[in-house]
Amino acid sequence: MLIGIGMAAVYIAKDYRLGSMLRMGPGYFPMVLGVILVLFGINIMVKGLIKGEKIQGNWSLRGLILLTLSLVLFGVLMERAGLIPALVVLIFGSASAGKKFRLVEVCLLTVVLTVLSVVLFVWGLGLPYPLIKGF
Amino acid sequence: MGIELFNNLLYGFNVAISLQNLIYCFIGVLVGTLIGVLPGIGPLATIAMLLPLTYNIPPVAAIIMLAGIYYGAMYGGSTTSILVNLPGETASVITCIDGYQMARQGRAGPALAIAAIGSFFAGCVCTLFIALFGPPLAEFALNFGSPEYFSLMLMGLVAAAVLAHGDMVKSLAMVVLGLLLGIVGSDVDSGIKRFCFGFYELADGIGVVIIAVGLFAVAEIVSNLGETEEREVFSSKVKNLFPTKEDLRQSFGAILRGTGLGAFFGILPGTTPAIAAFSSYMVEKKIAKDQSRFGHGAIEGVAGPESANNADAQCKFIPMLTLGIPASGVMALMLGALMIHGITPGPQVMIQKPDLFWGLIVSMWIGNMMLVVLNLPLIGLWVSLLKVHYRLLFPAIMLFCSIGIYSVNNSSFEIYLLALFGILGVMWRILEFSPVPLMLGFVLGPMVEENLRRALQVSDGDPTVFFTRPISLSFIMGTFFILVVMIFPAVRKRYKKITD
Repeated sequence: MLIGIGMAAVYIAKDYRLGSMLRMGPGYFPMVLGVILVLFGINIMVKGLIKGEKIQGNWSLRGLILLTLSLVLFGVLMERAGLIPALVVLIFGSASAGKKFRLVEVCLLTVVLTVLSVVLFVWGLGLPYPLIKGF
Repeated sequence: MGIELFNNLLYGFNVAISLQNLIYCFIGVLVGTLIGVLPGIGPLATIAMLLPLTYNIPPVAAIIMLAGIYYGAMYGGSTTSILVNLPGETASVITCIDGYQMARQGRAGPALAIAAIGSFFAGCVCTLFIALFGPPLAEFALNFGSPEYFSLMLMGLVAAAVLAHGDMVKSLAMVVLGLLLGIVGSDVDSGIKRFCFGFYELADGIGVVIIAVGLFAVAEIVSNLGETEEREVFSSKVKNLFPTKEDLRQSFGAILRGTGLGAFFGILPGTTPAIAAFSSYMVEKKIAKDQSRFGHGAIEGVAGPESANNADAQCKFIPMLTLGIPASGVMALMLGALMIHGITPGPQVMIQKPDLFWGLIVSMWIGNMMLVVLNLPLIGLWVSLLKVHYRLLFPAIMLFCSIGIYSVNNSSFEIYLLALFGILGVMWRILEFSPVPLMLGFVLGPMVEENLRRALQVSDGDPTVFFTRPISLSFIMGTFFILVVMIFPAVRKRYKKITD
């Protein structure tokens, strides 16, 4: 519950910044929206506080962190090291976010998917990415 | 009128029958069925993922393919519901109840067949429906000026937020947030960069694909990973596909009513095919002579909802094609796809790009036919696909997302943005904020602002312009009506009961 309210507060704080840093003129429309959003934010937070809502739902923290991490690494490697290393890291990283992690299976999957996407995207669709390049 | 319609349809037929468009239509329905069968990945995420890959193909073919994915998924979803008691798509949750029971009684074949027949019938009727009502609606909308557009979009957004399931205030807040996100980038009038935080990559705005993939694909994977994986495929052989005469007689009315309900809900913004399917089920149960059969394999409980969700999915195209207003998350993406291909959505699409409008309509009909042919004989193949474990599937989904996004601008920055929206998507999911209203707001954001400003410029800053023009006034009144009605607790409770 505390986490929920904390997140709501962050959410609203973010709204405030958006609402106040605007110029008039081109900023008129966003300004109005910002104010409305802040009002909604307050409404939601107050309701949450009164009811003491609990957060629920299925999700996995491990999944979130690992998936985000592999996406960011993919971005970095795509620029620095080329397609193949980026793909390997992405697939390996996201596969390890799952509950059961089987090394052999994941290695196999990585190889298959990498080869497949090189064939499909680079040769098939002609996307101009270097397969591998030096740092 | 009749001749004109016939000529138009013939013209559309010529467009849709070209080899290229047929192939893309086929790919679309094939991919659609595939993801429909597989639980854990929906049409929204798939369309978002594949959108960047359609840059290189002509717009008509691209839209035909993306539409095929959408209604194909509606078909595929029923297969999983019937055979595994697990909805392949949210729209076919309700089909599980009686469909799975039928499968357990060894009547999986007729259940699948009736689902396909119902969907096909609904698809045909709705295709005709779009062809009939689309042009007059677009003609009417051609008279709209900026004030009318602003009011119309306002009504669409409010309706979408209010009718979406979940907390109303939260949904409205998401619409507003979506509008704000839509503003990121250079201002149309002055060229001033807004909300760019010093990133030159943001000058062109945030790509619709990034938001969609982040909020739907990535966030969905994370929440799926939190669930335990259990899947038991109903192993008995599917044989004896053909429903008996008795089955057909019982389903006929259900299919008709389901189609009607689906078409009605389809035009309403914010409603999902799931709502149409659910209300169809309730209607069938209510009017049935023997209610006890429901839940124990009543064929009407499959026929009605399956027709309804397909009808709903197809009629969602009406406001999108004629007015440029998306009625659901998928339609918001379709609008995004049109814009990416340089087509400004709105009533002028039908005049400027008749090949797109009529070609799409006829392709939907052809696609529906392909689905019937594709689905029934290949059931065995789809079922065996269900044995693929999710842990093998989701890294592949991640791969498609990343390469898709990266290929838009060849920029790593957009991958980081994707990661950011993934995190936000998960957060919003936990806090029960629905991301669909945000998508709608995001896509419509720039248009809303532009029309608001233009309307006020024309009227010299007089805000009463929205109330003095009759069409605009009626949209504004409609907006208030929706808000007021939903604020009454009784109505709201009743509606929530239906949607949950």
